[in-house]
Amino acid sequence: MAQTLSRSGRGPQPLRPRKKQLPFPLNIYQTAIGRKWVMALTGIGLLGFVVAHMIGNLHVYEGPARMAEYAETLRTLGGGLVPRGTILWILRLGLIAMFGLHIHSAYSLKEISRKASPKAGFVGGAKQYSGGQDFIAANFASRTMRWTGPIILLYLLYHIADLTWGWWLGDDFVHGDPYHNLSESLSSLPVAIIYIVANVALAVHIFHGAWSMFQSLGINNPKYNKARVAIAAGLAGLILVGNLSFPILTQAGLIDEDNRECAVEDFDDEHDILICLEEQLEEEG
Amino acid sequence: MDQVISLTLKVWRQNGPDDAGAFQTYQAEGISQDASFLEMLDIVNERLIEEGTEPITFESDCREGICGTCGLMINGKAHGPELGTATCQLHMRKFNDGDHITIEPWRAVSFPVIKDLAVERTPLDLIIEAGGYISVPTGSAPDANLTPVPKEAADMAFDAAACIGCGACVAACPNSAAQLFTSAKLNHLNLLPQGQAERWQRAENMVETMEMYFGTCTNHGECHEACPKEISLDFIAFMNRDYVKAKIKNRKLAGQR
Amino acid sequence: MIGSLDSNTPEGDIQGLWEQHKFDMKLVNPNNKRKFTVIVVGTGLAGASAAASMAELGYNVKAFTFHDSPRRAHSIAAQGGINAAKNYQNDGDSVYRLFYDTVKGGDYRSRESNVHRLAEVSVNIIDQATAQGVPFARDYGGLLDNRSFGGAQVSRTFYARGQTGQQLLLGAYSALMRQVDAGTVELHTRSEMLDLVTENDRAVGIITRDVLTGEITSHGAHAVVLATGGYGNVYYLSTNAMMCNATAAWRAHRKGALFANPCYTQIHPTCIPASDEFQSKLTLMSESLRNDGRIWVPKAFDDERPARDIPEGERDYYLERKYPAFGNLVPRDVASRNAKTVVDEGRGVGPLKNGVYLDFSDAIARDGEDTIRAKYGNLFQMYERITGEDPYKVPMRIYPATHYTMGGLWVDYHLMSNLPGLFVIGEANFSDHGANRLGASALMQGLADGYFVLPYTIGNFLADKLAEPVPDTAGVAFVEANQGVQQQIDHWLNVNGTKSVDYYHRELGKLVWNYIGMARNKNGLEKAISEITALEEEFRANVRVLGSADGLNQSLEKVQRVADFFELGRLMARDALTREESCGGHFREESQTEEGEALRDDDNYSHAAAWEWTGEGNEPIRHIEELQFDYVALTQRSYK
Repeated sequence: MAQTLSRSGRGPQPLRPRKKQLPFPLNIYQTAIGRKWVMALTGIGLLGFVVAHMIGNLHVYEGPARMAEYAETLRTLGGGLVPRGTILWILRLGLIAMFGLHIHSAYSLKEISRKASPKAGFVGGAKQYSGGQDFIAANFASRTMRWTGPIILLYLLYHIADLTWGWWLGDDFVHGDPYHNLSESLSSLPVAIIYIVANVALAVHIFHGAWSMFQSLGINNPKYNKARVAIAAGLAGLILVGNLSFPILTQAGLIDEDNRECAVEDFDDEHDILICLEEQLEEEG
Repeated sequence: MDQVISLTLKVWRQNGPDDAGAFQTYQAEGISQDASFLEMLDIVNERLIEEGTEPITFESDCREGICGTCGLMINGKAHGPELGTATCQLHMRKFNDGDHITIEPWRAVSFPVIKDLAVERTPLDLIIEAGGYISVPTGSAPDANLTPVPKEAADMAFDAAACIGCGACVAACPNSAAQLFTSAKLNHLNLLPQGQAERWQRAENMVETMEMYFGTCTNHGECHEACPKEISLDFIAFMNRDYVKAKIKNRKLAGQR
Repeated sequence: MIGSLDSNTPEGDIQGLWEQHKFDMKLVNPNNKRKFTVIVVGTGLAGASAAASMAELGYNVKAFTFHDSPRRAHSIAAQGGINAAKNYQNDGDSVYRLFYDTVKGGDYRSRESNVHRLAEVSVNIIDQATAQGVPFARDYGGLLDNRSFGGAQVSRTFYARGQTGQQLLLGAYSALMRQVDAGTVELHTRSEMLDLVTENDRAVGIITRDVLTGEITSHGAHAVVLATGGYGNVYYLSTNAMMCNATAAWRAHRKGALFANPCYTQIHPTCIPASDEFQSKLTLMSESLRNDGRIWVPKAFDDERPARDIPEGERDYYLERKYPAFGNLVPRDVASRNAKTVVDEGRGVGPLKNGVYLDFSDAIARDGEDTIRAKYGNLFQMYERITGEDPYKVPMRIYPATHYTMGGLWVDYHLMSNLPGLFVIGEANFSDHGANRLGASALMQGLADGYFVLPYTIGNFLADKLAEPVPDTAGVAFVEANQGVQQQIDHWLNVNGTKSVDYYHRELGKLVWNYIGMARNKNGLEKAISEITALEEEFRANVRVLGSADGLNQSLEKVQRVADFFELGRLMARDALTREESCGGHFREESQTEEGEALRDDDNYSHAAAWEWTGEGNEPIRHIEELQFDYVALTQRSYK
């Protein structure tokens, strides 16, 4: 209905005039709360990925052969019903979509807030009081989502280029031998530092994100609300410990190639390394 | 108690909506600690008038913490340092002799400054106008005891209804979001049996009007800390739930028509 | 005008009077209602409810408030509750008993017919408010809870924690906003009414000033409704909000509306005493506290000991001692006067010796701290915030403060003033509370007028005016009034004196409080008139208003209100002077019983006094409306 109060010209003009509604359920994404839902739901998906990825990578502690087997398992998901790699690619596309939505909703929501907030520059995004503002509840995690997010994105691109495409390892990169690639890459101190910083950022991001997700989805019961913070802290802690163990233990020398049965330098052909690893696995039974 | 203190005030002065505005420094000497914060400003103003300077414009009315007219950013905190207290109920015994106090108006693009420390908060009324009511024309109400309301529901609705519409939540929010206000107003009615008929329509209309004027929630929780009535963040979660539910329900209801 | 004013009360038995009259009154056809424009000034309980209800009926309503939002009106601050004759407690309440209690509580100075109607519609208010979502207190069965209040022996007060006023106003405000959304109410915020426009002694519109831009606008209408509240701020220190004022009512008075019983002001017994000179307002603590708190002062004069060190035997629970039947629950005027007596005797408590104790230690011992916290937690918290003392540990200090004004513009049974087309509702009129208002009756009256009385009676007035267009604001009367307002504003900006508006308001307040406060006498009232006049002259010559007229200028707003308070204060003194009896909130020291209780003079003063403005510097004319008491027998009130 027409708003006679706003028609009177009193008060500010809308910052975001109401748009024509798209068909359901796209109309939900047109609204800020809808976008928060999308951000929360994709957050859940991404969080699931991060947890699974971390747990899967723990295979590295079982040695190069087991790690290679795990990598192969991912590629052959779906057994013989679908061509090799199909399911993995479907999962990857799903992940990319979730990332895309997560990032788009975050960015567009921040833009709405920025327009509503005086002196909110593109950097930082929060509104500015000339005399400063003294925060009470907002914590480091909540106020740095805007920073930890891009850090994670950049890290993600680096991580893929590093360990999936082998941009920096060059000739040293062995397709199908993640143990080798990982220990090669992380044994360099600067690389290890990048991984540590990025994973701290990830944990901080998850700490606020996981709690925030409950609020955004309206999962709230005053009786159990304390558990929401505990779950968020637990998840963040779990991921922090798991993911940091890789660079730290590599640097500590726990993950290295010294005692490897199928030493990479013994082979000329990548393929032979994999065969060796497979044979090793069979021997171990 | 009964002590007299002196303060240095850094006050935002802005002569009209289009003026750039800047801080001015004033000395407030000999202020009784029994005075309220606004009475301290009254005294400063009276002295300014004697000097021939226009007094500092700030809004207040009931000075009992219920009308929601007053609201200042005091040392970077909406309504000042005492939690659960509106500016008018803040007393000078919370400050010490020699303190420097920075006083700024609420900031949000949809709360334009009128003059000095006074801002316009009309969009809050627009949110109510969009659906913050139960449609019951005068005279059409059934007996009040016809529908018992479980005490828990009544109490929870009341917790939401305690909102005084001061806008501190928007002021304190780094995103200038009005989620706490809107969710309090929405849940006051949505939690009561009387409010069920229009529940989903109300959720949609109020939220969408809110989104026309304010930023988005990132769950910092600053609003709750600034709120003089200590409205809970839980209501924001309830609103988020009701809103998406409403999008689905209203579609279904429209289909039945 | 000669003789008694005509209240236009229909003939008949009071019990069916309103029902019958609703049938007898003329109606406006639903399709014709949209042809009428009604202005409502003020959007508190009375104004918002009236505007919403009339808009629902189909009238074109223009609502005005000087606040940024209707929700800020001072109705919001009412704490205790709202009375209604629901008899949910099965304790013998009835419409007739509420009627009886209200007439008696008003010390037999109200109009019986109005009060009975008020009691009748009280039950509908609760229904209406509940349906709107007002979260009244409920018991564990989910049904509405009640509490008792001063001046009544039944539990008929509905409440919503300590903020009944806010919740009821939010209800009325939401109803109003619904109509704003529907386009039937044109809401003008930040618009202050500065004059009433009359043509041939009929109200045809108002002049407003936009407080943000300074723009002065004329608005015409078929009827004007004032719902602008009371004039308690004439005392400077009162429980009213900072912006409460009498300007709208007073300007209407200057245009010919009679001002009735200005001397009837209510001094509320339970407020927090002032702590220093610069106190800007007083804060009321809900009267409901008297249900569980016991009021006392030390027996000894100038007892310096802390409250807890004074043994039981050395305390004087003076209300329980003097009024065993009602004890701490005597009506407000009685409680206030007794507090004044003990403080004047030198038995006051606190640093300035300006209060009495309200002690909860017995209640806490009896019911436990948790029960008391559940009942009064927010009030205790508020007290602690203001005084820095913990009322769970030390008794509260309270003292009376101006709270409500029973007087106001004179209205007839239809709530219409003597100027046709000018209706006055809520605290702004004089009709229902006589010389003293009972607790929890203000909310009831405001909503009764707005929801259930005015929407009917205004139709009766408008019904035969179908052919009349909306008054043209280009007419002479509008132009003159508009210019008058402009000249006033220019005048104040050009005084260029030396002292602030607040200074004069404070000084005026002291005079009014000292001479026309809780106790009045001839000598003091005569002094009041001359001293107010002298101060007013100084004020007019020496006030300093800085800034300009074309933007927000709070001093400019205030100076006009204070100017009106000066004239009103003088009229209060004159009214108090001519009423040589004690009744309700008006206590003339010359008229008291041997025990020091108020003594009415029914033979000579059983009437309402309504004053007519005769121009600046002229003596106003006193009209009277004889009050008839056919149902409630006149007795000397006794709460012993």
